[in-house]
Amino acid sequence: MLLVLGALAGCSAAAGGAGPAQPRVVDPSAVSAAQPAADRQILHALNRLTYGPRPGDFERVRAIGLSAWIDRQLRPQMIDDSATERALAELTTLRMPIAELLREFPRPDPKLREKIARGEMTRQEMQERYPMEKRPFRIAAELQAAKVIRAVMSERQLEEVMVDFWFNHFNVFAGKGDVRWYVSAYEREAIRPHALGTFPDLVRATARHPAMLFYLDNWLSARPDFIVPAGPNRGRNAGLNENYARELMELHTLGVDGGYTQRDVTEVARAFTGWTIDRPQIDGRFVFRPLMHDGGEKVVVGHRIPAGGGQGDGERVIEILTRHPSTARFLATKLVRRFVSDTPPPALIARVAATYAGTGGDIPAMLRVIFESREFSGEDAYRAKIKKPFEFVASAVRALGGSTDAEGGSALARASAEIGEPLYLAQPPTGYADRADVWVNAGALLARMNFALALASGRYPHVTVELPALVAGTDSRSPAAVLDHLLATIVANEAGPETRGVLAAQLTDPQITRLSTDDRGPANTDVAKLAALVIGSPEFQRR
Amino acid sequence: MTTRRTFLKAGGCALVAYAAAPRFLLRTARAAQANGKVLVAVFQRGAVDGLSMVMPHGEAGYAAGRPSIGLQPPKRDEADRAIDLDGFFAFHPALAPLVPLWENRALAVIHACGSPDTTRSHFDAQDYMETGTPGVKSTSDGWLARAVKTRPANPTPFRAVAMGPALPRTLQGDVGAISMQSIERFDVRAGSDGSVRRGFESLYEQGVRDLLHGTGRETFEAVKMLRSVNASHIPPANGADYPRGQLGEALRQIAQLIKASVGLEVAFADMQGWDTHVGQGAERGQLALRFREFGGALAAFALDLGSKMADVVVITMSEFGRTVAENGNRGTDHGHATAMLVLGGGVRGGRVYGRWPGLARHQLFEGRDLAVTTDFRTLFSEVATRHLGAPAAPLFPGFRATQSSLGLFA
Repeated sequence: MLLVLGALAGCSAAAGGAGPAQPRVVDPSAVSAAQPAADRQILHALNRLTYGPRPGDFERVRAIGLSAWIDRQLRPQMIDDSATERALAELTTLRMPIAELLREFPRPDPKLREKIARGEMTRQEMQERYPMEKRPFRIAAELQAAKVIRAVMSERQLEEVMVDFWFNHFNVFAGKGDVRWYVSAYEREAIRPHALGTFPDLVRATARHPAMLFYLDNWLSARPDFIVPAGPNRGRNAGLNENYARELMELHTLGVDGGYTQRDVTEVARAFTGWTIDRPQIDGRFVFRPLMHDGGEKVVVGHRIPAGGGQGDGERVIEILTRHPSTARFLATKLVRRFVSDTPPPALIARVAATYAGTGGDIPAMLRVIFESREFSGEDAYRAKIKKPFEFVASAVRALGGSTDAEGGSALARASAEIGEPLYLAQPPTGYADRADVWVNAGALLARMNFALALASGRYPHVTVELPALVAGTDSRSPAAVLDHLLATIVANEAGPETRGVLAAQLTDPQITRLSTDDRGPANTDVAKLAALVIGSPEFQRR
Repeated sequence: MTTRRTFLKAGGCALVAYAAAPRFLLRTARAAQANGKVLVAVFQRGAVDGLSMVMPHGEAGYAAGRPSIGLQPPKRDEADRAIDLDGFFAFHPALAPLVPLWENRALAVIHACGSPDTTRSHFDAQDYMETGTPGVKSTSDGWLARAVKTRPANPTPFRAVAMGPALPRTLQGDVGAISMQSIERFDVRAGSDGSVRRGFESLYEQGVRDLLHGTGRETFEAVKMLRSVNASHIPPANGADYPRGQLGEALRQIAQLIKASVGLEVAFADMQGWDTHVGQGAERGQLALRFREFGGALAAFALDLGSKMADVVVITMSEFGRTVAENGNRGTDHGHATAMLVLGGGVRGGRVYGRWPGLARHQLFEGRDLAVTTDFRTLFSEVATRHLGAPAAPLFPGFRATQSSLGLFA
């Protein structure tokens, strides 16, 4: 059954007197268990387009109207985000060019490691010679902290969601070799500027980025008869490497059933020979090396690329692949899976794919078709997605009205890892899966509950969670009132009757409701524990 | 898409029974394991140098390419030298703890084993080895999960357990495998306050039957089972002393699960640190330290389990081997075949299995690596069929054995 909303523009009217934003928590009576359709739509959009609603977000969106809010989210450059920028200021590696990172964070001297292994040097001495803060490890660590800060605090929420989506789509593994130095530049230069741009731009930017060239080995790929002329591999026959070519078609554009053959893989690999990295450990810049390039003719999924195209061969391949109908379909499927359901409705996929074809891969245009669709607003899609570990962690902090500094960001990144999603560390080129069955398992579920408990109990000292503010205005001596308030704020009253019943039963537990000494009934409800239970509840695992 | 697992979790009556009669099921689980077998898979992530692990000292081509990292051939009564196994192969000296197992024929070596796929990419090769489908990336589940699936039903949440933060590829699939970082921490950590755990438990007990609630119920069933058998307090037996580190910790806890009779059938443990591109070392050094932990952990596990090892087989694997010749950094680069170990159960140990391809230049794969003469699927399917009694066909789709069985089991 569908909850037909009609045109999204209708929302602002439904919101009534659209006054200024009211920065206060949801009044439990404002969003009743039987949500008016328009209010449900706002909650749904907040759950899908952001890392979860903060206290007050619902009212803010209702005030400006859902449609206007979505418009703004689709044009992030119009949204002031200076508070987030300030929070990121101390993370200096975020802004460094690759060459500077390579200089500032030298690779470990193999002789030092050998000395340790032979027992000729203590770990302490190693620390002094090669201190932690100078190790390349810091680059990915700062990027992780930044990702958390942005997800928790940024006003440009849809942009952050899409940066995560596209990074994952064009995944690189921050633990592989030189990618450690390239990964922050990769997100900054290749992903972020195009996250709400066009898809062909994303392919072009990732194809020539040293992070991708290294991760999928294209930097080593050369025409079959190429002999390395200099350097440590001098005299070696380098040869063709098909790794990038295969993933470009399988994972970035056409999809595994997109209609290409092994022959196409080899042809695409030939086209990209010579796309490599200039002095990977000093400059780390894209360069095209004609000497490595296979100059012959190529035929890629039926298109002839004449001999002598040089660097243009790869560009031509990208053009062919991004215009292919399989690419439109493959991307539409992934986007609909992210925003609508683990089982993407075929009719919506077809409409989004048509938009891709009609707009040359315009990302906001595709998103708009999804957000305005009946499938997005439908009852089947409502709270149907299980949050990924990172989405869960960020949404929990946001639900409690929290904020974080860089150190807190690192701690939250570790929490995400413990629940199964270490940031920037997906090893396979497929990235992380976007399906519930991958994320729901015993150890991970316990880790979610333990995170809820630690967060609500204030065990993340650099993450400020203001529980008193959260329940301000409710009578702390009335556990039922506190619970109602928490359910309204954290899960917008969408807790099922069973959950509500279980939580209400908890209120009689003397360890939850501490008795006062003067025998006048319960004095203080243990808000932290109740909040932990709500965040660890099945309802909060969904978005 | 409704997978079998989703369905079971959503509506399977086993779950209802869990909530109703854990004690009864506990007994059932004990009975199931009493005549059951356990398979433990150890993954050496990063590609172990099989030529250092099990050195072919009788091979003329060995020493030439390895001037600084090559092992000295074994010499009787000389300590710190490779340990001769059969006149041709020798263990790395740091694997000395495994020698008694070799001598009493509990431990076998399969050499020149690996994948028919030629990739030298860690992630591809690991993926292929874990799914059991070399060259095919679209396989959704792992071969160990498929092995569990072929066995008779066993109503315990502990059929398949991976020690680690996430479920490895090889246990993904609809068998409800559990991943845990540690037995001790596999609980709601609220100190002495039991109310929070009870609260969480009731939250997942009630309500709709979906993947989330189903997994939640399984989780708390597992938590309760672990608490009732007090698994984390079972001490190592027979004076077994596990080395500190990832593998020792994992095997120590897997032994606890086996001794606690929770119904374990398949367990998985990872060990990192084998990607020795730089400063690999020879008798001593970086790689030797890894072998010391690896051999020590396996030996402690066998000692700890004692007579229970009759029902347990441990198999070690790595995504590929390393180059025969050392590189310019006194290390080795990604190669092809490597060596794997099989320990325990009915294994006919004290032998090196597999055809040795030789190390002369023309015998090398692509002119640089040890060639694969035993497809890893030949080894894995033999272990799964002979030890676990699983039928081979569904475990390795598309695999048609081109060689006869290794004859690992009596």
